[in-house]
Amino acid sequence: MRLSANRLGWAAGQRQIVSDVSLQIESGETFGLIGPNGSGKSTLLRLMAGLMPRAQGAVMLDDDPITKLPRPEIARRIAFVEQQVETSDALSVRDVVELGRTPWLSALAPFGSQDVEIVRDALSVVGMAEKVEQGWSTLSGGERQRVQIARALAQRPRLLLLDEPTTHLDIHHQLALLRLISRLSVTVIFALHDLNQAMNCDRLGVMEGGRLVACGTPPEVLTPERLASIFQVRATPLRDPADNSTLFRFHCLEE
Amino acid sequence: MNTPVTSGALPRATGLGVLLRPVALWGVPGAIVLLAAILAGVVIGETPLPFSMVVAVIANNLWGAGYEVDLIDAGIIWSYRLPRTLVAAACGAGLALSGVVLQALVRNALADPYLLGVSAGASTGAVVVTILGVGGGMIGISGGAFIGAALAFVLVAALARAAGGGSAQLVLAGVAGSQLFNAMTSFLIAKSANAEQARGIMFWLLGNLSGVRWPDVWLAVPIAGVGLFACLAFVRSMDAFSFGASAAASLGVSVRRVQVVLIGMATMITATMVSLVGSIGFVGLVIPHAMRFVVGPRHARLIPASALAGAVFLIAADIVSRILIHGQVIPIGVVTALVGAPGFALILIYNRRRL
Ligand SMILES: Nc1ncnc2c1ncn2[C@@H]1O[C@H](COP(=O)(O)OP(=O)(O)OP(=O)(O)O)[C@@H](O)[C@H]1O
Ligand SMILES: [Mg+2]
Repeated sequence: MRLSANRLGWAAGQRQIVSDVSLQIESGETFGLIGPNGSGKSTLLRLMAGLMPRAQGAVMLDDDPITKLPRPEIARRIAFVEQQVETSDALSVRDVVELGRTPWLSALAPFGSQDVEIVRDALSVVGMAEKVEQGWSTLSGGERQRVQIARALAQRPRLLLLDEPTTHLDIHHQLALLRLISRLSVTVIFALHDLNQAMNCDRLGVMEGGRLVACGTPPEVLTPERLASIFQVRATPLRDPADNSTLFRFHCLEE
Repeated sequence: MNTPVTSGALPRATGLGVLLRPVALWGVPGAIVLLAAILAGVVIGETPLPFSMVVAVIANNLWGAGYEVDLIDAGIIWSYRLPRTLVAAACGAGLALSGVVLQALVRNALADPYLLGVSAGASTGAVVVTILGVGGGMIGISGGAFIGAALAFVLVAALARAAGGGSAQLVLAGVAGSQLFNAMTSFLIAKSANAEQARGIMFWLLGNLSGVRWPDVWLAVPIAGVGLFACLAFVRSMDAFSFGASAAASLGVSVRRVQVVLIGMATMITATMVSLVGSIGFVGLVIPHAMRFVVGPRHARLIPASALAGAVFLIAADIVSRILIHGQVIPIGVVTALVGAPGFALILIYNRRRL
């Protein structure tokens, strides 16, 4: 699904948190959002999901303005995994993933065997199938994140918005998630901090101070000057003989 | 992570069977338990009446069966104990449902039907009518209580909205509103009530089912029934609030609409029940929590379980309030707290393993 954002913005009181972001994400694309802490990545993702009150600008999903779509229809198209979520309810892993079916269900279409199957698939995709009965609150941070990703997959969306999905994951699950994302036929937009992981995206957007300051393929975007000015690092490119890909090693630049 | 997930909807089998199976599985036993509780509520009392006579009187009144019964006993059963028991059941169910709704939407374990100032407003309304004589006898204590409850809720909701509209703001506005109305009640009692009136109001505030007659049944039972069906229609939305309102929105729930409909309905139920029988504490807070331990946090089970448990619990509390001290009726709110608090403590301790 194509998402186009036109002059998105959001202000908290007098302070403009995100300003004037215009973007076009093509169908099937994997788009990475990078930028320092507090640069507005999470806020921008929430704006694109249509979840912010008092949003400025407009979001189009394919040819439909998001504000004109009913909530369940948006949730059938977009699934969102937030950076952090909490609950006080004693939900099991299965309960959480079943929540992903919510937008597809109604009084006339109750939870059925297809839904059971979709939930089971989603759990096995993230490697949590053995823990379906465990309490969500007893899971480790990485397991919680994987369960939330399974919940998002159970939504069967056409666009996945992921806010730092690899943060709590061990190295195996980080790579497995990135491989999953690259294989999914859905459009993916995700915020991340690991610039080496960002190299694998189709395109990258760089946020700084609430603005989208650069947008393009990873080599176009991750120039030495930009790494120095925005991330305050110097990068040494290294070549991995295994697959001839370029990796960065970063060095902190002192002010 | 290696099976790519495809997007889009799958064809879905719909059928009456999927809908009816849980109704048959849980609804029938539930109805039997409720009926048994209602019969117990009619049979047990200061003067125990034989079960056969109770059935005969009910049959006489429902379809003119024409059994020979003692007229005084028949009067006690039909005009006094049956309506009282039915209203107790409706109140228990309604308060428990309101508790579930508020705990789900406000995301606060301490939320109960009186959270939004409804009970405090009702007592002020009742006091204004009884002591100040506002309404000139036209309104009555129930009408005054209902108006007070509605006013208090409107005030609390407006304050919460002005403060930003989040659930934390709603809880705080509710606390402020309750304090204000409780203070007004105390002020009015201290200023103008005589000892007799003060005692009467105290008694009413703690919950009192002795004045209940058939017209009250025709108000309480339909409201509890409508509440139950409305809640059942929103079980998935309430589940979706588990991770907060914003997560619910991203799951396709129209957060604002669900909040307005369900919180408005919970307030309506609570205001009606409080105006009929006074503010019976504990049911709306504790029954939902107890049922979470029994049937889990998912609302498709929690809602019917809480309604049933609330109804049975309040019938039981009413029986106890009538027979505990011979010749004297204890306010039912005292019984619900005396029985409910230790029971709830036991549940908490028994379930610590799960946490
Ligand atoms: N409701 C709010 N009120 C005030 N300020 C806010 C609000 N939400 C976000 N902010 C501020 O907006 C800025 C951007 O926040 P955001 O969460 O979008 O950053 P981010 O790029 O996701 O950062 P991180 O990498 O740490 O996740 C931060 O400085 C934050 O303090
Ligand atoms: Mg963030």
